[in-house]
Amino acid sequence: MTRHIATRGPVTAFVAIAAFVLAGCTTAAGTERPAQASAPPAGDASAAPYASTYARYPGTPTAVVGATIYDGAGGRIDNGIVLFADGEVVGIGGADLAVPAGYTRVDGTGRFITPGIIDIHSHLGDYPTPSVQAHSDGNEATSPTTPEVWAEHSVWPQDPGFSRAMANGGITSLQILPGSANLMGGRSVTLKNVPSRTVQGMKFPGAPYSMKMACGENPKRVYGGRGRAPSTRMGNFAVNRETWLEAQDYMAEENPDRDLAMETLAGVLDGEILIQNHCYRADEMALVMDMAREFGYQVSAFHHAVESYKIADLLRDNNVCSAVWADWYGFKMEAYDAIPENAALIHNAGACVVIHSDDANGIQRLNQEAAKAQADGRRMGIEIADADVISWITLNAARAMGIADMTGSLEAGKMADVVLWNGDPLSIYSRPEMVWIDGALMYDMNNSAMRPVSDFELGQPGEGDVK
Amino acid sequence: MIRFFSLAISALALCSAPLAAQDIVITGATLAKGDGSDPITNATVVVRNGRVVAAGSDVIAPAGVPVLDGTDSWVTPGLFASITNLGLVDVDAVSGSNDVAAGDSPFSAALDVAPAINPAAQDFGYSRAGGVTRASVTPTAGSSIFAGQGAVIDLGSDYDAVTRPRAFQFVEMGERGARLAGGSRTSVYALLLNALREAGQYGDDAQLRTAGRNGSVDTGDDLPLDSRLLGRAEREGDVLLTRFDAAALVPVVRGDQKLYVAVHRANDILSVLGLRDAFPDLDLVLIGATEGWLVADRIAAAGVPVITGALIDLPESFERLAATQSNVGRMVDAGVTVAIGGYESSGDHPRNLPQQAGNMVALNNVPGATGLSWGEAFAAITSIPATIGGMDGRAGVLAPGAHGDLVIWDGDPLEVGSAPVRVFIDGVEQPLDNHQTRLRERYRSLDESQLPPAYRR
Repeated sequence: MTRHIATRGPVTAFVAIAAFVLAGCTTAAGTERPAQASAPPAGDASAAPYASTYARYPGTPTAVVGATIYDGAGGRIDNGIVLFADGEVVGIGGADLAVPAGYTRVDGTGRFITPGIIDIHSHLGDYPTPSVQAHSDGNEATSPTTPEVWAEHSVWPQDPGFSRAMANGGITSLQILPGSANLMGGRSVTLKNVPSRTVQGMKFPGAPYSMKMACGENPKRVYGGRGRAPSTRMGNFAVNRETWLEAQDYMAEENPDRDLAMETLAGVLDGEILIQNHCYRADEMALVMDMAREFGYQVSAFHHAVESYKIADLLRDNNVCSAVWADWYGFKMEAYDAIPENAALIHNAGACVVIHSDDANGIQRLNQEAAKAQADGRRMGIEIADADVISWITLNAARAMGIADMTGSLEAGKMADVVLWNGDPLSIYSRPEMVWIDGALMYDMNNSAMRPVSDFELGQPGEGDVK
Repeated sequence: MIRFFSLAISALALCSAPLAAQDIVITGATLAKGDGSDPITNATVVVRNGRVVAAGSDVIAPAGVPVLDGTDSWVTPGLFASITNLGLVDVDAVSGSNDVAAGDSPFSAALDVAPAINPAAQDFGYSRAGGVTRASVTPTAGSSIFAGQGAVIDLGSDYDAVTRPRAFQFVEMGERGARLAGGSRTSVYALLLNALREAGQYGDDAQLRTAGRNGSVDTGDDLPLDSRLLGRAEREGDVLLTRFDAAALVPVVRGDQKLYVAVHRANDILSVLGLRDAFPDLDLVLIGATEGWLVADRIAAAGVPVITGALIDLPESFERLAATQSNVGRMVDAGVTVAIGGYESSGDHPRNLPQQAGNMVALNNVPGATGLSWGEAFAAITSIPATIGGMDGRAGVLAPGAHGDLVIWDGDPLEVGSAPVRVFIDGVEQPLDNHQTRLRERYRSLDESQLPPAYRR
């Protein structure tokens, strides 16, 4: 497959890859249901199974006036206006932007607007709370490669964590990944963060699938501990390479029998399914990029990439994003060299940074994590503008998830996924005040009726509390 | 930015001999005393011979002491981190480096973290660089509900970390305690009461014997206690504690050593408070208390302080269904003494305490939520945990006579963008370099055209 070599920054690099992975998607989300981006191979009768049934909720044409706007793509407008209607952003601009008749005006004075916050790495629904064994649905840890499993078949839409992510974190879209026990953990699912009775009702229309891969300690520990391969890092690679060879053989067959695992892997090699690769160490990421080259696929993002700062140039040149925490470190050997300046160093080298959570608590504060990472960079002399830092949790996440032409920034025609913050989102003292998803108001800090309560919480201590 | 100082900060990782205390005067800074009061501007802080002499806006700098210009800086007491693993672990998942729990040990209450604490562990240095100057270190329960005895430490760059060994005993109640005790909360209480009774007897006799002297006990109802449930066990095989474990619980029963009780559910909290009906001298501290806000008035009436994480808001388990970020604020409003501490996930470390406290301030602007004022929030990570840790007035506060633990910050310490610039413990300036800062400098440039990064030191 074609590789896109960056010559400028990560933004430039990603225009190419985003267009590439989204080929074939329709984009009018909210108004019609796009075709599944990752349809099984041609001739398969089961195209687009478990299709999204999400449709945007009603909203009124809205003008948020007087706020400081971070557009998610690196732009900042002081005393700006955001217009949205019929689920889409109509326009953004300065104080002189005309507000059409019939728009509800929301006073944004002293407040800030960002695109909806996006978490590229979540296990909400797959590891919901309460975290009891009966809810442990995130790792099909029975074989080192399980490309056949789909995370959406584990998601419990009643996970109370979804509402916390929206109310406290402004999360409007999130990618649910299967866990990292396996080298190939299965397909992810991208969700709109709306309460729903079914997972199909949350599925982000038109979002491509990703496949989760994991290198390093987890697979070798899980399977080595059972006396089977892989038990070493070299075992990890051997099993991966054998599996990719199997996929190539499958793709070479004229009319293969249906094989769910191979359908996923073929989707990756066809470029329709993205790769989200759990990988901590720099040396290991470099090897994975070589493996991707060997078999002809592209890693979209390395997740938990605590050592990306050591190879930021390589990551830039290979158009691979790093989805990182601000400052997690030390909990396992491969996290021992984590440093809080990681994100800033990656960004400074011209590579793509995404701040992720992998955590039901952390997803509620991605804005604060981004601010910490920015400040750590500043102290070592790397100045990164606030507007660029916001892109770490909006547009860059969307790019690495293949949904950047639909959401992730505030521009006309994109989904009206919008957060109004009661202060600077990069300050500890700020909170989401209102959250719109596809132009529908889904959370309002000042209206307790606009705070979703999951089925699980009904009649329980603390029901309906601000949480 | 900081305008003062040319004092060279030692990059030495760890000094074998303590550095000398210096007299310090800082002027012009914004001062947060840590005592719950609001910050004051243009203040002066004086430290002499390792102790705070004065701190306030009306303080006159003494003559003959070099003055640091603190303009545009903040000066605060060092943070006090509660319920940490500092010095007990290098890498959580590397068992050989991890002394947090002793699941296969024959001992429980007798376990004592003090000799295990390693001040050279990197988390020490990272936390110190984050403004943490003192902490409580606790083991985690392994094979018994008794985790063992925690210590109070300072984070100075020397090998004399432990300032108060055996500062408290830690016991797990609630769901986790129930599993450790045999599968049910009922077993936790049977085990705990038995252990405390054994300890009480042990304290009287200074030995365990196989014959009992069972006194009569008024149970308050018409069901008398079987005499075999009283006093020490009749037979050696009935004794659930080793002699060392029983001995370790003697000061707990007498109230000479605090008993930290990890508990979350509202009714479990009340049951724990009820332990003092049988053992009135228990000096209890509640750890966790996720549903504390539901029974806050009763915790306050009992005069029992709480150490809790501030941002727990998910029904992580059935004993935490009512979890809310307003827990701290509501308990404080009810009159409970609450410190922020303890850690819920891999991402939480002592140096992120200001982030937790800052979120409590932000919560004030959310209708229906209960937060803290800035002063209350900062006290919850300085003077209040210090007081709970047994250092009332001596740590976590800039008041005359307190330890000279100072942090100079480049901005509001509760703001995520701020960080310590200089850290003093007992008047001794501390090195802020560590493994992370060295990696940062090594990889500042990726140019290896001349030599690989391994040559950059």
